[in-house]
Amino acid sequence: MNAATEQRLRVGGLIAVGIFAAAVPFVFGPYRVGQLTLVLAYAVAVLGLNVLVGYSGQISLGHGAFFALGAYTAASLVEKASFPHLLTLPVAFVVAGAAGFLVGLPALRIRGLYLALLTLGLAVATAPLIKRFEGLTGGADGLNVVQPEPPGFLSGLALDQYVYLLTLVIAVPLFALIALMLRSRVGRSLVAIRDNEIVAKSMGINLATMKTGAFAVSAAYAGVAGALYVFSVGFVGPESFTLVLSFAFLAAIVVGGLATVSGAVLGALFIVLVPEYAADVDDALAGVIYGATLILVMYVERRGAVGLARRIWGRATRGRQDRAEREDRGGIPAAGVPTGGT
Amino acid sequence: MKEFIQVTVDGIAAGSIYGAVALALVLIYRTTGIVNFAQGEMAMFSTFIAWGLLQADVPLGLAILCTLGLSFAGGMAIERLIIRPVEGSDPLALVIVTLGLLILLNSGAGWIWGFNNRAFPSMFSDDRLDIGGVHISWESIGITGVTLGVVGVLWVFTQKTKLGLAMRAVSMNPESSQLSGIRVGRTLMIGWGLAAAVGALAGALIAPSLFLDVNFMGAVLVYSFAAATLGGFDSPHGAVIGGWIIGVTETLAGHYVDFIGADLKILVPLGIIIAVLMVRPSGLFGSREVARV
Amino acid sequence: MRIKSRVQWLIAALLALALIAAGCGRDDDDGGGGGGGGAPGVSDKSIKLGGSYPFSGPASAYGTIGRAAKAHFDWVNSKGGVNGRKIQFVTLDDGYDPARAVSNARRLVTQEKVFALFNTLGTANNLAIWDYTNQQKVPQVYVATGASEFGEDPDKHPFTIGWQPDYVSEAKTYAEFLKKEKPDAKVAVLYQNDSFGKNLTGGFEDAIKGSNIKIVARESYEVTDPTVAPQVTKLADSGADTFLDVTTPKPGAQAIGTVAKSGWKPLHILNNVAASKTLVLKPVGFEAAQGIVSTTYFKDPEDPQWANDPAMKEYKTQLKKFGPKLNPNEPFNAYGWAAAATMVKALQQAGGDLDRDKLMNSVRNMDTEIGLLLPGIRIKTGQGDGYPIQSNQIMRFEDENWKLEGQVINAAEK
Repeated sequence: MNAATEQRLRVGGLIAVGIFAAAVPFVFGPYRVGQLTLVLAYAVAVLGLNVLVGYSGQISLGHGAFFALGAYTAASLVEKASFPHLLTLPVAFVVAGAAGFLVGLPALRIRGLYLALLTLGLAVATAPLIKRFEGLTGGADGLNVVQPEPPGFLSGLALDQYVYLLTLVIAVPLFALIALMLRSRVGRSLVAIRDNEIVAKSMGINLATMKTGAFAVSAAYAGVAGALYVFSVGFVGPESFTLVLSFAFLAAIVVGGLATVSGAVLGALFIVLVPEYAADVDDALAGVIYGATLILVMYVERRGAVGLARRIWGRATRGRQDRAEREDRGGIPAAGVPTGGT
Repeated sequence: MKEFIQVTVDGIAAGSIYGAVALALVLIYRTTGIVNFAQGEMAMFSTFIAWGLLQADVPLGLAILCTLGLSFAGGMAIERLIIRPVEGSDPLALVIVTLGLLILLNSGAGWIWGFNNRAFPSMFSDDRLDIGGVHISWESIGITGVTLGVVGVLWVFTQKTKLGLAMRAVSMNPESSQLSGIRVGRTLMIGWGLAAAVGALAGALIAPSLFLDVNFMGAVLVYSFAAATLGGFDSPHGAVIGGWIIGVTETLAGHYVDFIGADLKILVPLGIIIAVLMVRPSGLFGSREVARV
Repeated sequence: MRIKSRVQWLIAALLALALIAAGCGRDDDDGGGGGGGGAPGVSDKSIKLGGSYPFSGPASAYGTIGRAAKAHFDWVNSKGGVNGRKIQFVTLDDGYDPARAVSNARRLVTQEKVFALFNTLGTANNLAIWDYTNQQKVPQVYVATGASEFGEDPDKHPFTIGWQPDYVSEAKTYAEFLKKEKPDAKVAVLYQNDSFGKNLTGGFEDAIKGSNIKIVARESYEVTDPTVAPQVTKLADSGADTFLDVTTPKPGAQAIGTVAKSGWKPLHILNNVAASKTLVLKPVGFEAAQGIVSTTYFKDPEDPQWANDPAMKEYKTQLKKFGPKLNPNEPFNAYGWAAAATMVKALQQAGGDLDRDKLMNSVRNMDTEIGLLLPGIRIKTGQGDGYPIQSNQIMRFEDENWKLEGQVINAAEK
C-alpha cells in the first residue's frame, strides 16, 4: 500500500468516525449518549495528558487534580455566580492552565520518578482541599449543577442530545488544535526535548518555556474537560476526583497509545466502557476483570509501543548508564520526527 | 514540653508504619527499577492469607512465617508471569500493569474475604511503657524494632552475600550482569519475592491497630510513597527515616497548628516532599544521578 | 507508526460498531411522566426496582445492604410476590462516586426502565440524582442515608424519601440521654469530615443548647486516613469526660482501641452506624467496649433477647436460604432486610393497579410495623412528616451484649 492510499484511508477513516460521532445522539438512548459525552470529555483530558507525557516526556500522576479544578471552577461559577455555561469553559481553561504552569515550574527541576511522586501528591491533596473550601465547592456533599439548556433555535433537542453535541463541538476543535500544534515546530521541539534534553537545548530550544508550556496546555485541556464533565453529569463531589481518576487517565494514554492523538479517544473509551462491561459480566468480580484486562492489554500492546516512556524514567532510574551505552551504539529512537497518528 | 515529646513519640510510631511499607517499595525499586503501585495491595492480600491461617487455628507466629513464605513465592510468580512479559518496554507500560494488579488484588480480596473489617492479633503485648510520663506502646516499639531489624538484615544481605551482590549488579546494569553470568531473570524474581515478603510482614505489623480490611493499605500507601520519596527511593534506611520524618511532622502539625487541622494535615508531608525535591531531588539518602551527555 | 495508526482506526471502527450493536435504539419514552396507566417497570407479573450501591471502592462494606435487600425480595417472590407480581431488583455499582450514581440512575430509568429507585446509598449520591429523579417523576424511595435533607422538604422533592432515623434525631437522643445521666458533661467529639459527621455533631450541638453540657474539644478525620489514633489521643488530653464518637465501623474500632490503651475513661457514646458487635466490638475486644452507649432502632441479630423473636428467626432462616453468602449477624444485612420489607409493604398498600403516583402516596401515608424494628417503633409518614422512622432507643454494652435501656424516644415529639 503506498503513501497516497494510506493517506486516503486515514482521511476516510476520520470522516467515517466524524459521521458516526455526529449521529450518536440520534441513534442511542439518553444513557448511552451520556456515556459517550463522558468519553468525549475524558478524551480531551487524556489528549492533554498525552501532550505532557507522550510528547514532552514529562509525567503527571495527578491530572485528576486539574480536571477537578476545571470542574469545580465551572460548577461554582454556574451555581454561585450565575455564569452562563459556555463562558465557564474558557475560564476553566485558563484557571487550570495557570495551575498547570505553576506545577510545571518545579517540574523543571525534577523528573521521572520524583516528578511522578510530586504530581501524585497533587492528586492526593485534591479531595481535602475541595472539602476545606466548602463555601465554594459544596464540601463533602457536593454541588448540584444545573445542566446547560439548548438555546431557542435548538429547542427540538433533548437535554442529553444537546449536551453531547455541545461537548462534541468543543472537543473537535480542541483536538484539531493539538494535532496541528504537534505537527508544527512546537511539536518537533517537544519531541526533541523528550528524546534528549541536552541535545535539544544545544539546538536552541528553550527548555523552560516548552516544558512549562506543555504542562500548562495539558492542564488547561484537563480543566476544560472537567467543565464539560460537569455539564454532562450535573453534579460535582469530591468522591469523583480521587486518585482513581488520575490513574485512569494514565491508563488511558498508555492503553490508547502514547504519543498519538487518536489514542486519546481509544483510551477514553477504554476507561469508561470496560469497567461497565466488567460489572455486567459479574458484579463482584468487576474489578478483577478490569484489572486483568488492563494487564492483558499491556501484554498485547507492548509490542510496537513507542519506547519513549523510557526517556522519562531513563534519567532518574537504573539503566541510565546502560541506556546511554545503547544510545552510543546507535539505538536512539529517531529524534525530531513526531511519532503518532492523526 | 512533655506533651511535645509525647506527640513526637506518637509521630515516630506512626512513621514506623509508613516506613515499614516504604521498605517494600524501595526493595522492588532498587532491584528492578520499577515503582510497584500494587505493593500495598499485595501486602494486604498477604495479611488476609495470614488471617485465613489464623482462622484455621494456626498459631500467630507460624501463620506469619507461612505467610512470608507464601508471599515470597507469590512475589516471584508475579514477577515471572505478569511483569516479565512486559519488562523491557516503556516503564510506563509497567506502571499500568502494576495499577492493573492493584485493582485486581483489591477486588479479588473483596470477592474472597468480603469487605468488612476484622481484627488481627498483635505480635506484641497490649501494654505501654511509661518513661517519665511519656507513653509508648509496646506495639509501636515492636513495629519500629522489627522494621529496623529488616533494614539491618537487608543491608547484610545486599552488601555481604553473593545473591545480594547479584541483585545490585542487575539493578545497575542488567546487560553486563547477564554477560558476567548472573541469571538476571532469577535475580529479579527473588527481588520481587523479597519485597512481597517484607510487605507481608509490614501488613502483619500494621493490621492489629489499623484493623484488617481490603482498603487498609490504600491509605498507608500514599504516606509510604512520601516516605520513600523523602528518604530516597533506593535507600532502605532512607525509607524508614523518611517515614519517621513524615510521621512526626504530620502529627506535630496536626496537633499544634490549628489552621491545618486534621483534614489538611496530609498537606504537611506533601509540602516537605516538594521542598526536599526542589533542593535534593534524589531524596535525603538516595544516590545522586549522574547523566551522561 | 503508520501501521499503528491504521490498526488504531480499525479498532476505533470496531468499537464503534460494537457500541451501535450494544446500544438500544433511541426512544422518546425517557421513563418520565407519573400518573396514568401503564406504569414503566410494571407488568402483570413483575415490578422492576433499581438500586445503586457501592459494591467496590472505599465504601464497599455497605454494598452488602443491597444484597440483603435482594435476598428479601427473592424470598417475597418465592411466596408469590406483591399483589401477584414478582419483584425484580436490578443493582448497579457506583463505587460511592456520585457521577457514577448519576450514570446508574439514567441507565436504570431510561434503559432498564425501572418502576422506582430503591435504597440508593450515600448522601452525595442521592443529592446527585434527586433533581433528575424528581424531574422524571421517578420514585427515589427509602434512600440509605441519614441526612436530614431527604425528609425536610417533601414539596421540593416529592419523589424522594429516606428511611432510617436521620442523624439529627439520633443526636437529639444522645443529648436527652446526657441531660439525664450527666448534665454537666464535658464532651469531646470525633467526627467524620463529611455530612454524616457534621450533621450528627451539629444536631447534637443544637440539642444541648441551654443545658450545662459543653463540647470542649472536637477532632475530625478523613475517610482516607489510615487511623484515627492521633485524633483520639488529642481528645484524650482535652480533659473531657464524655466522648461522642461519630464514625463508621473501622475508625470506630480504632477509636475504641485507642481509648482503651490510653488510660482515658470517658463515657463513650458511639453512633449507631459503628455500633455493631460483629464489625466493631468483637474485633476490638469486649473488655474495651464495656459501658459504651449507643442507640438503635432495629433488633440486633446478636442480641440473645431476640433469639426466639419470630421476625428475627424468620430473617435469619430466610437470609440463609436466599442470601447464602451473607452473614445474618452483620447489622447491615438486617438493615437491608428491614428496608426491603418496608418497600414491600409500601407496594402492597399501593394496590394492584400500580403506578408511580400511587406508590408515592402509599409511601407518604404509612403507619405500619416492620418485624425487625424495635417494639414500639413504627414506620410512620403523613402530611408534613417526611421521615418514616424517627425513633430510637438507647442501648448500653454490658458483658457481651447490647442491653436496651429506657424507652423508645421519638424525636418527632420533641
